[in-house]
Amino acid sequence: MAEYYRLFLAQARGQAQYRASFWFDVAASTGFGVIDLLGVLVVFHASGSLGGFTQAEGLLIAALAGAGFALADLVVGSVERIRNYVRTGLFDAVLLRPLGALGQLIAMDFAPRRAGRAVLCAALIPVTAVGAGVQWTPVRLLVAVLAPLCGAVLFGAIFVATATVAFWWIDSGEFANSFTYGGRDFSTWPATIYGGVFRRVFAYGFGFAFAGYYPALILLGRPDPLGGPPWLAWLSPLVAAVAAVVAGLFWRRGVRQYRSTGS
Amino acid sequence: MSAVIETRGLRKEFVVRKRAGRFRRTRHAIAAVDGVDLRVEAGEMLGYIGPNGAGKSTTLKMLTGVLHPSGGDVRVCGFEPVPQRVRLARGIGVVFGQRSQLWWDLPLRESFDLLRHIYRVPPSEHAARLARCRSMLELDPFLDTPVRQLSLGQRMRGEITAALLHGPAVLFLDEPTIGLDVVSKQSVRAFLAEVGARGDTTVVLTTHDLADIQRLCERLVVIDHGRVVHDGTLAALHARYGSRRRVVADLDAPLDRPVAVPGADLESTEGGGARLTYALDQPPGALIAALAQTGVLRDVKIEEPDIEEVVARLYKDR
Repeated sequence: MAEYYRLFLAQARGQAQYRASFWFDVAASTGFGVIDLLGVLVVFHASGSLGGFTQAEGLLIAALAGAGFALADLVVGSVERIRNYVRTGLFDAVLLRPLGALGQLIAMDFAPRRAGRAVLCAALIPVTAVGAGVQWTPVRLLVAVLAPLCGAVLFGAIFVATATVAFWWIDSGEFANSFTYGGRDFSTWPATIYGGVFRRVFAYGFGFAFAGYYPALILLGRPDPLGGPPWLAWLSPLVAAVAAVVAGLFWRRGVRQYRSTGS
Repeated sequence: MSAVIETRGLRKEFVVRKRAGRFRRTRHAIAAVDGVDLRVEAGEMLGYIGPNGAGKSTTLKMLTGVLHPSGGDVRVCGFEPVPQRVRLARGIGVVFGQRSQLWWDLPLRESFDLLRHIYRVPPSEHAARLARCRSMLELDPFLDTPVRQLSLGQRMRGEITAALLHGPAVLFLDEPTIGLDVVSKQSVRAFLAEVGARGDTTVVLTTHDLADIQRLCERLVVIDHGRVVHDGTLAALHARYGSRRRVVADLDAPLDRPVAVPGADLESTEGGGARLTYALDQPPGALIAALAQTGVLRDVKIEEPDIEEVVARLYKDR
């Protein structure tokens, strides 16, 4: 780990030369987090309740999912830049160092400037939980802490898995974003508002319901309005683990597929 | 002595899609490297040459674990490059002319320090190697300059240092002198010659620069269309392709009858007979003596066999 930390420090020192842009990015990150949550507020304000959830409960779901996403974005969000590395052949340099490729990419592009949103959402979890009248027990406290972490692993896996598409399809453009940002938007809202196949695919296929919706049900002590068995809500860690393994397999296949560029 | 690099039937195919009609595309597999057998012993200095697109860089990338071979066996330092990439990386140094290993925004000195941590090199070894590179490659004037502000020649000297700081058993260089000015080229060449002469580092370099080849490569592997077409010394290459030394004679006055000596063919006459060019199969002594006897010889020049010509002929004989 020490080597990766050195890589990160080197990057940070390089970035420090662009100080104004750093603070601008911190402000922008926080600002976008605020706007997203304002959006949730506005919709609930207009409709009263949504999918059987009150405004306070909806905000809790949004805060849990938002914290997971923002944390994943902070740590591995930059992996989408892999397509630049692949296109320009800079990935060669990464593969020539005696360190794991994914770890290097994360360390090289880790940007604390994106921390604003993660801090905001994490701080809002206890606030919205109190607002929604959560009865605290030690288990629920643990869920409130673990849920954003499981969400982060899930979203991180989606970031990595979709970024590997660049190994096969160099002009992958916004393809990855439709899953990562799409997943974030999906998980911001109660899963009950989506219908049929769409819900099955995104809530369970990709596991986005386990980022905000199911942990919120545990905190609120509510049974699943979708009729799922009680144990279903506890599967977030398992879903996150499976997603991480699948993403790891994608990554390995992708690196083997890497074609480099002529020189 | 054991082989540091060994390949058998090494292949790399790329799938290329071509447009065929408005929407349809056909797929073709093109072999960039097509069955390369190579054995390099510890301490050798090997030049890997060939025309653009011959498969030089692709081979190097397979040897260094960047590209996954489509077929064949490859071992470098006893490792399989792709599955054992991280362990291999500790034992090799790589300079790809166009791909920097350095940190763009950091001074050279900090890049070197970072590499020491990444490769886990003991401080004393690191310091000793860096000191040698600093004096031989004259790094001191720009050691504190951010890499992005370095000239190409300075950066290349930095890249070579970076590739050597962990004491690799094999140093791979992909066109290390490309784009450099004459002074930088000479500096890089002299340094690499010294690295090769020490004998503890195997050096494999690709180049189009014929001076590099003449100065640095005891052994030449010529590759074309992904296949090895020659493997041997430079002299063997000349012998095989019948390249000859030349004598160019400038005369004060044209001769009535050109000088004729066995083993020297008059190749061209320029300036109405004022300049004669002979191609030689033998040492030039007899011809020069004969030319001197004409009494009008002003200047004579002996040209070594031109590797460029050999390579050009090699490339043409496809």
